Amino acid sequence: MEQNELIVMRDIVKVFPGVVALDHAQLTLHKGEIHALMGENGAGKSTIIKCLTGVYERDAGEVYVQGVEGNVYNHSTEDAQRIGIATVYQEVNLCPNLSVAENLFIGREPVTRLGTIDWRSMNKKAKEIMDGLGIKVDVTVALENYSLAIQQMIAIARAVDMDCKVLILDEPTSSLDDHEVEKLFDVMRDLKKKGVGIIFVTHFLEQVYAVCDRITVMRNGGFVGDYSISELPRVKLVAAMLGKDFDDLASIKPEGDANISPEIMLKAEGLSHKGTVKPFDFEIHKGEVVGVTGLLGSGRSEMVRCIYGADRAQTGKEYMNGKEINIKAPIDAIKKGMAYLPDDRKADGCIGELSVRDNIILALQARNGMFKKVSRAKQIEIADKFIDMLQIKTASRETPLSQLSGGNQQKVILARWLCTHPDFLILDEPTRGIDIGTKTEFQKLILQFAKEGMSVVFISSEIEEMLRTCTRMCVMRDGEKVGEIEGDMTQESVMSAIAGGEK
Amino acid sequence: MKKINKFSGNTVLLLITIVLFVAMYAVGCVIYSAKGFTHVQTFLNLLITNAGLICVACGMTCVMLTGGIDISVGSLIAMDCMILAYGMGVKGWPCIPLIILILVIGLVFGAVQGYLIGYLKIQPFIITMAGMFFARGMTAVICTDQISITQDMNPMFYKWANAKINLPGFLGYVNKKGKTVVPFIRPTVVIALLVVAIIFFILKYTKFGRNLYAVGGNQQSATMMGLNVKATKMKAYILSSFLCSIGGICYCLNTMSGSVQQALGFEMNAIASSVIGGTLLTGGVGNVIGSLFGVLINGTISTLVTTNGKLLSSWSNIMTAALLCFFIILQSLFAYFKNRNNR
Amino acid sequence: MDTIKKITKQQLFLPFFCLLLVLLINLIKSPTFFNIGIQNGVLYGRLIDVLNRGSEIAILAVGQTLVVAVSAGTDISVGSVMSLSACGTCMMLAGYGVNSTTQLAVPMGIGILFGILLGGVCGCINGALVAKLKIQPMVATLILFTAARAIGLLLCNNQITYIRYEPYKYLGNFIPGCPIPTAIFVTIAVIIVVSIFLRKTALGLYIQSAGINSRAARISGINSALICFVCYVICGLCAGIAGMVASSRIYSADSNNIGLNYELDAILAVALGGNSLGGGKFNLAGAVVGAYTIQAITTTLLAMGVSTDQAPVIKAIIVVIIVVVQAPTFKEWLSNSEAKRRALAAEGGQKA
Repeated sequence: MEQNELIVMRDIVKVFPGVVALDHAQLTLHKGEIHALMGENGAGKSTIIKCLTGVYERDAGEVYVQGVEGNVYNHSTEDAQRIGIATVYQEVNLCPNLSVAENLFIGREPVTRLGTIDWRSMNKKAKEIMDGLGIKVDVTVALENYSLAIQQMIAIARAVDMDCKVLILDEPTSSLDDHEVEKLFDVMRDLKKKGVGIIFVTHFLEQVYAVCDRITVMRNGGFVGDYSISELPRVKLVAAMLGKDFDDLASIKPEGDANISPEIMLKAEGLSHKGTVKPFDFEIHKGEVVGVTGLLGSGRSEMVRCIYGADRAQTGKEYMNGKEINIKAPIDAIKKGMAYLPDDRKADGCIGELSVRDNIILALQARNGMFKKVSRAKQIEIADKFIDMLQIKTASRETPLSQLSGGNQQKVILARWLCTHPDFLILDEPTRGIDIGTKTEFQKLILQFAKEGMSVVFISSEIEEMLRTCTRMCVMRDGEKVGEIEGDMTQESVMSAIAGGEK
Repeated sequence: MKKINKFSGNTVLLLITIVLFVAMYAVGCVIYSAKGFTHVQTFLNLLITNAGLICVACGMTCVMLTGGIDISVGSLIAMDCMILAYGMGVKGWPCIPLIILILVIGLVFGAVQGYLIGYLKIQPFIITMAGMFFARGMTAVICTDQISITQDMNPMFYKWANAKINLPGFLGYVNKKGKTVVPFIRPTVVIALLVVAIIFFILKYTKFGRNLYAVGGNQQSATMMGLNVKATKMKAYILSSFLCSIGGICYCLNTMSGSVQQALGFEMNAIASSVIGGTLLTGGVGNVIGSLFGVLINGTISTLVTTNGKLLSSWSNIMTAALLCFFIILQSLFAYFKNRNNR
Repeated sequence: MDTIKKITKQQLFLPFFCLLLVLLINLIKSPTFFNIGIQNGVLYGRLIDVLNRGSEIAILAVGQTLVVAVSAGTDISVGSVMSLSACGTCMMLAGYGVNSTTQLAVPMGIGILFGILLGGVCGCINGALVAKLKIQPMVATLILFTAARAIGLLLCNNQITYIRYEPYKYLGNFIPGCPIPTAIFVTIAVIIVVSIFLRKTALGLYIQSAGINSRAARISGINSALICFVCYVICGLCAGIAGMVASSRIYSADSNNIGLNYELDAILAVALGGNSLGGGKFNLAGAVVGAYTIQAITTTLLAMGVSTDQAPVIKAIIVVIIVVVQAPTFKEWLSNSEAKRRALAAEGGQKA
């Protein structure tokens, strides 16, 4: 280990049941360096950090930390804190009911001679820390009274105050506005001067270029490269993240020319959901496949959730086939002929303990209503039809869904929606975590649906897939629909649209 | 920067509680002034009869701060009373070892419940419900009859139960015969108020106390910040059962008897007192001063019902349940508005 | 070995195993347990007694199973609601304030319907608190756990109301000319109605979906809150019916004693039936078998001289054992220690 290296992680392997989350990943952090960790969803950024901080235990690989002898194994976040690794996560890990001062000091409160908590000195110290960061808060007030942004700053202050030599910031800026981000950057630069190494995970490209020195790019659990900021311009970074070597990008034309009818299937005006997606307009024709693109966290999922009613829209109007529709909950959307394959398969899709058959007929049953039960014979017929059609690999139709592999689970959820014969199908990352062969199948299916007159919205992290299937793409950035690309789309044009203006 | 309003929903809840208590008491004074409701002694009697409940409510508050609940308290009190009554009344044992035995039983009972809830992560309700039936059953195992503790059985215990601590005379009133009746309290009131003070101190000034709040506020965050969540939870249940044992002794000093049917529905009163006193069912917010007021409201209800004389005693149970229901609905309304504002 | 594993993995294994165990103990201790005779024209014997007395628990278990499946919590008010329903019916039949009557104030059917509906109303209150206000099920039902019994006392003017009218006794005893206790028929009817309802409608699927993953259920178009509410109402109705049977047995409404400790029995029946108290998939048949197992235990304990007041001690211990065994942390610990043992054994084998 070299003199100025703070952390060296080599050949880290982490396997979850059925998934290899990290495959010989590596990460090196130097003293006084702000190091960006980049990669798309599922690239393994969070996993490698959690392996470092002791939330997960790695299955193989070596970790060296400056000042600690030998291969380091952290078994809990406390272990990591003890050797000087502090972490701030995306979701604020503080207690909303405690005061600001307590949140800064809990677990290490200053005590009086009698061993009781010294509130006065705690509040005084807390005030000093917050003043030092230039944040004006009343430290005696409960945390929940402050905005998420301030809470995030307090979480960072807590980590910084613990005399760490490594600070990990896991997407801390998603709730901060520009001014606050700038404040955070000042703190980061200040720490850098003191020799602290910072690992900065974010999906905002501008921020990476504003503050970082080096970038490690990860993809599919593996290591792509460790670059200095100057040698990796923005478009190349996106290419590295998305897994396309920029030089051999071939322009891929959509395979089938879909027969788009002039009829408008669905139209949305000014839909928005507070906190996740700003007001947007959207329309889709019958038989059209529209892509929604943008980096993770850009609001692409939130946009379609809003259309479907999974998150109830607070403003705006929706029209289907020219008639205004009022969607309060998913069931309303289903009754109007919509279907939505959610991106978070586990939380929003699978009913794990129920059989494949039950999972397939669930939405159809919900649309029919409780008292019009789909007969057992019909259920079996539908289940068998889709198991056959989508080539779902399952021991039987009565096998619990949780026993299937990820790709087959996804097919079951897709079958759930296909059997309702939707007019408008939303597919949010249907191909994530699925092998190449199945991915191609999915793309063929999508084109086939469109040919049959279905309108499809397709979201994927893999641009190539979308280029093959979509005739038009909406571009999302920071929760806002920033534009649409149509006609001659290439990987390059889409990527630069996602990345935003080159500075 | 906008000014943060310190009057959050929780403070409002506590305020409602205090106003409600004052209002109820005032109503009582107006309606039943002829029956002596205005005398200081009536208020003191409130404390005397509810000394046990005050101790139990303090323990309940600690458990509820972690987001849990303990419904074994009523049965545990019945068991404690039965042990005291059976030990002194039937076996003729001295009272000091019996009291120590009860306190130890409280600790062990709490430790078992706390371990199962904290370390094995079983729902607190199921475990403490099992505890509730276990303790009630054990009461019957000890003795199925009602046993009263008389002066002959244990003079010392009898003396404690009837000891009067007189307050300054000017608080008293002159009765019809022209004699001044000096108001008094019993030793149990001192114990109960001491418990309130100690728990208040623990919650505010010790790490354990603050950890209770942290665990209730956000368990995952508490873990991430390096607190030992499991141990904190276990300690909370030990504290609750221990305070319940102290409450049991106070209760016994008040009733001087033991029976299987004793303290039925007591867990409800304790939970209601905590909730009415501003402790959130979801945990993380609350304090024992509020719970004290909760107990007083509870006590006032039953005093009003008994003073009336015509109302059935079950009215006080119904009123308490209705009040609990009302405060639960208030809490979720406050939570709903808070979420809506934050989003 | 494999066949044994297969058998033990069956969902109905646990309840049947426990039932057999209890019966076996009885067989050894008192062979007369299995004697069935006819006395005064009705069936008579311990086994019949278990089937008869277990009726209330079985009826409660049906409702409780649904509540547990949908909300991962239990309804602890069922015993009190039983008592409230009984009081409501007796008050209707006798008229308010009358403590003994041979003349009915209203037709019996209306009185009984009123009692059952009263149970349904309690279910509505519980359901609204849990489904709409999202309050932990057991705290929400704690309110009626205390209040229902007290309201029952009010309805009966704080006394025990006797209905000395022959047909009222039929429900909990015998219909003249029929040797089988009527309660058994009532139980069978309740089970059949509920299972038909579950089978002919999609309610069963909805309940399980909402109980396992309510977010996914919502996305798939299921109104999880409504389903939860319906389950609590059904549970309340079941408690009402159980209350009728219990009241008819003693042809009176004894608010303090009807349904006492039945909530524990009902929850225990659900757990013994192989249903996870954490919600999700449920098995009605298991819960019913579990209910009779509980009654067999109670009857056995009574035969051994343990009073009804003392029996909860043993039941409480059984509940704790079941939930500990069901706890994921415990299972993890068990599989870890097994893995360690295997690893050690393998190591030992290598060394040898």
